[in-house]
Amino acid sequence: MLFWTTVKASLKSLLANAMRSFLAMLGIIIGVAAVISMLAIGTGAKKQIMDRVTAMGTNLLVVRPGQSGSHGVASGTQQNLTLADAQAIVKEVTGVQRIAPCVGGNVQLKYLSRNSRVRVTGTTATYLPIRDFTVASGRTFTGPEADAMARVIILGPVTVENLFGISDPLDQTVKLNGINFTVIGVLKAKGDQGWFNPDDQAILPYTTAMKQVLGLDYLGEIDIQVAEAKDVNQVLADTSALLRKRHRTQPGAPDDFNIRNQADMIETFNQYAQTFTYLLGGIALISLIVGGIGIMNIMLVTVTERTREIGIRKAIGAKERSIRNQFLIEALIICGVGGLIGAAMGVGAARLIEILTTQYTTNPFITIVEWPSILLALSFSALVGILFGFYPAWRASRLDPVEALRYE
Amino acid sequence: MIIHAENLVKTYVLGGSTVRALDGVSFDVEAGEMLAIMGPSGSGKSTLMQILGCLDRPDSGRYVLAGEDVSKLSTDRLAEIRNRHIGFVFQTFNLLPRMNALENVELPLLYAGLRHAKDRAAGALKTVGLADRAHHAPNQLSGGERQRVAVARALITDPAIILADEPTGNLDTKTGDEIMALFHALNEAGRTLIVVTHESDIARHCQRQVHIRDGRITDSGRPASAGNQEAG
Repeated sequence: MLFWTTVKASLKSLLANAMRSFLAMLGIIIGVAAVISMLAIGTGAKKQIMDRVTAMGTNLLVVRPGQSGSHGVASGTQQNLTLADAQAIVKEVTGVQRIAPCVGGNVQLKYLSRNSRVRVTGTTATYLPIRDFTVASGRTFTGPEADAMARVIILGPVTVENLFGISDPLDQTVKLNGINFTVIGVLKAKGDQGWFNPDDQAILPYTTAMKQVLGLDYLGEIDIQVAEAKDVNQVLADTSALLRKRHRTQPGAPDDFNIRNQADMIETFNQYAQTFTYLLGGIALISLIVGGIGIMNIMLVTVTERTREIGIRKAIGAKERSIRNQFLIEALIICGVGGLIGAAMGVGAARLIEILTTQYTTNPFITIVEWPSILLALSFSALVGILFGFYPAWRASRLDPVEALRYE
Repeated sequence: MIIHAENLVKTYVLGGSTVRALDGVSFDVEAGEMLAIMGPSGSGKSTLMQILGCLDRPDSGRYVLAGEDVSKLSTDRLAEIRNRHIGFVFQTFNLLPRMNALENVELPLLYAGLRHAKDRAAGALKTVGLADRAHHAPNQLSGGERQRVAVARALITDPAIILADEPTGNLDTKTGDEIMALFHALNEAGRTLIVVTHESDIARHCQRQVHIRDGRITDSGRPASAGNQEAG
């Protein structure tokens, strides 16, 4: 059949100019490898972000005080979120599974002669399950302890390492603003989240934190865990209405608090990650197009070199279409072979990036190669082959047989 | 009549001046003839060959090949006509270098859209006495062998005419004679052959010689009945 004879002849002519064919292919190889590895980095980043957001807890709503100031000029955080608000939410909003009122601050923590400045959170025992924390050793504090200003504290594993080294922190006494606390538990490590390290923190009862450590009578945030994912929006609306009523906000006036929905955060981060992926992929696609220009260049040279062959083929009856297809097939073979080599190299490059960044940096790139991105890269390279192969092939097909046969 | 050419005119513009390469050429070829078209260089014989071979179209005039007027066909239709009705033999053989003899011979059948063309190609190679060279590439063959492969390729589609352009020009005398002997054998088997040449030795192999000079036929090689077509 003509098709296979053409493929065979194309392969032979590509092999006859192996170096040149390889160089033409190189553009496609690099382009396809770049598309695949860049998309793998993008997809990996997306997964990493999703994991981090999910690690903050699931079905989570976070109520924070609004910005004070007027006409869009923020001059500080309002001090209007109270324990009574938290209690009212528990009492009046349905669908809430747990709630944790929180106050926070950065405080110097002392053990014997060692110091460490840590993030402290004063909260109830429910904070741990809401935020997806568990204790690796020891225990969490009880409800009565939290209400009764017990001087107990739970530390993150990094904090423990900083203060205690390898010795056992349980039942030891640490000083927070000069007040003694007994270490009752150590959190299980979660890993650095980028903007905040949850392994370097201290958690204590809200009562103790508010009255003795931080001296605050308002809350920094209220964490709400919704029982069912489908109720998240309802709980958000009810909480918002309740707080507006409690804070006597006039209809039409803006909220004096804001409620962040974890699903919204996931969505936002997802969009960032998606944009990032498109950006990387787009840059890589440009290199694939540049590769296409290389193919066009080589094909134009090939057509000129083989003018006489084209003349012979026309003399024995090749139609314009046959000649055009012959050179298109040749361009497609360059793209196809280059694409496959590029795909293999792209997968390899993605893996290598992950290994190297894991080994040499603290913030490794996770790379995830997906079949759709391989298919995308391959079909795009085929498209490039057709687009950039078309002009040379068309030129070949239009050659005048008399002129072509005369060509030396 | 396999060829009927009537008042063919072809002009070229060369460096601003117009050259009438063919200036009213008329002649006929009967099926089964073996004729030579002779003329010095610049006489218009190459142009005539290109038009007879359907590689080019006349500016005016009528060219009927195997019963079909081909003087105004599209380039793709002309490609079909060349594929079906014309077998070319060139001075420089014009085989495709990266295909072996069998594949070269097979190619016109593939362009005709036929499958299983290998057997017919092998048959044609046998006709020209090269059955044992089927899998040799052109550069592994001698000049005479290459020209035989070219003849086999010209034969393969069973064309109305075989058009040979200086077929012995690149061969030594002995090999050239062998090719002409092959042409004779084909002619005796009923083939129509047109040999374009400037060598009278070669032309003498043909029953009829058509002479062309300055774009006009000066001697159609026919007795007075067909007449001297020289335009007036």
